[in-house]
Amino acid sequence: MCKTIRLLLGLVAGVVLCSLSAVCAMEPAVISMDYSVTPRILKSKPVAKVDDVSSDGIIAVKITWDPLDAEILPYIENILIYRSAISDDDFKLIGTLKAESTEYIDASDTEARIDPAAGPVRSNWVYYYKIGVLTREGFIFLFSAEDYIIPQPVWFDIEKIAPFIATLIFFILVIGFIQVARRRGADLYVRPIAGMNEIDNAIGRATEMGRPILYVLGLGSPEDIATIASYTILARVAKKTAEFRTDLIVPCNEPIVMTIAQETVRNAYLEAGHPDAYSDDMVFFVTSMQFAYVAAVNGLMLRERTATNCYFGKFYAESLLLSETGNIAGSIQVAGTDEVAQLPFFVTTCDYTLIGEELYAASAYLGRDPLLLGALKAQDYAKAITMVLIYLATIALSVNIAGITIFVKGLIDYL
Amino acid sequence: MKRRIPILIVSITGFLLTVQYFCPHPYSEAFYNNALDWLVIIGIFAMPLGIYSMVRIQFQKVARQESGWGFAVISLISLFVMLGLGYTPKCLEAGSFFMKLFEFIYIPIQATMFSLLAFYIASAAYRAFRARNLLASIVLVSAILVMLGRVPIGMAIHPIFPEIADWIMNFPNMAAQRAINIGLGLGAASTAIKIVLGVERSYMGFE
Repeated sequence: MCKTIRLLLGLVAGVVLCSLSAVCAMEPAVISMDYSVTPRILKSKPVAKVDDVSSDGIIAVKITWDPLDAEILPYIENILIYRSAISDDDFKLIGTLKAESTEYIDASDTEARIDPAAGPVRSNWVYYYKIGVLTREGFIFLFSAEDYIIPQPVWFDIEKIAPFIATLIFFILVIGFIQVARRRGADLYVRPIAGMNEIDNAIGRATEMGRPILYVLGLGSPEDIATIASYTILARVAKKTAEFRTDLIVPCNEPIVMTIAQETVRNAYLEAGHPDAYSDDMVFFVTSMQFAYVAAVNGLMLRERTATNCYFGKFYAESLLLSETGNIAGSIQVAGTDEVAQLPFFVTTCDYTLIGEELYAASAYLGRDPLLLGALKAQDYAKAITMVLIYLATIALSVNIAGITIFVKGLIDYL
Repeated sequence: MKRRIPILIVSITGFLLTVQYFCPHPYSEAFYNNALDWLVIIGIFAMPLGIYSMVRIQFQKVARQESGWGFAVISLISLFVMLGLGYTPKCLEAGSFFMKLFEFIYIPIQATMFSLLAFYIASAAYRAFRARNLLASIVLVSAILVMLGRVPIGMAIHPIFPEIADWIMNFPNMAAQRAINIGLGLGAASTAIKIVLGVERSYMGFE
């Protein structure tokens, strides 16, 4: 009997000691407590609200609460955020904030969480949140959020409403003008582009001199709009070189661009009625490295003494290196790029430069296809609408009409 | 059929990716990321085509002893040496022969090419800044003011030069750049719509 009582007493003592050590290990900062703070914290009970703010493929819950009274802030160490995915218990610590904080966003892309077991927030799960007020003495006061939340992925980003409307209007304009062009044929006025007109003369000059034409598609990838526009100009140039039996050299920086360029030149030679004059050696891959490519193309220019150099596509730092070498070699040069920073270099060194959108307009300008002309016309009208919107935005900003200002600014940002 | 199927694929993909831009749902994000992965995969598969083209052209140059065929020999040797060394164990570790070739031959050559830009800018600027007419004179004066505003001596002459330079960059220059950018944005959107509608087909090698 005595033995049993001693055993039980030993067990109880062991449990008490273990519990005490665990408590001490968890909260070593407990020294003393200013009990006058407690009622003040409880009085300023922060009411937490939860909102689903998921967007851009990221599931996110925003927890907001009223700010703590300024007079108790000196006693507060941190605000702690707890989340539970199952029920009202098993809350896990997910964030530690400064005492002055009033919101926390629990997002699926947040990597560092204090308790790794919490894991990222997921869609269609039920979540409960608690706000913990940690005092400097190490005491935690927990306050539950008003309600649970089930974050849902969004199907439409409402913040992109302005670009969506702009896209819709532009789409309608393009389709509308394509229909108009279908009815009226190619009888649509398109502003003259000097650089485009000059391409034919430059090819003629190369033919007279008996020297080749160099066509550079730039450093862009095949999906770049500038590269796509460049294929159309290449087709036109290739057709002319096929007719005049002038040599064409197309060194490429990208294997896929090379493949498409080969197909474009082959078709152009076929359409010109000289498929036999085409050779895969005209369009070839050099290298994907920027300055190695420049060295190769510059070497080609100087060795082959090209009469005409065409640069159409995406260009970066190599623009001046290429065009200045061509200038030194005495070639006629025509260029076009959508890289605004490179335009001054081309303007300085080339005989003709297509500025910005003129490069995109080239396909319609050269092809004279009514459908393409219609799209070009729609582009001009969209530009007019944009100009009106810019004036509207200026007026709205001046007289501070918030709704119009936000809409127009969003639209301009998109464009 | 050979033309219709690719156009159909491009139209459907283009339409879906347009919708994807406005749809932040995880499915749509996954679709977009998948499309990007496909782009990279296709790009890698195309690389042998490029290498084949390059090797064929260089071999032909050597065989026919065309002008500059010596460069072709160097290109081929460089290609095969780097290719071979790339398969040796620990080739990417610092101090390996592969890395030494890269660091002490390739990088200095690349830096040399890039440094040419400084001299080319000087010669191009000389041509651009000749006061041949009113517009060229405006460019010349603006350029001098911006240069003076950007170098310490400008500030030493008068503190107004940096302010003038900032004004030129932030107002007339920015206005012109934005005008070009708006045109570019509309042009790109128009081209994208033409591609989705199947009107623009130059990316497939035919008009």
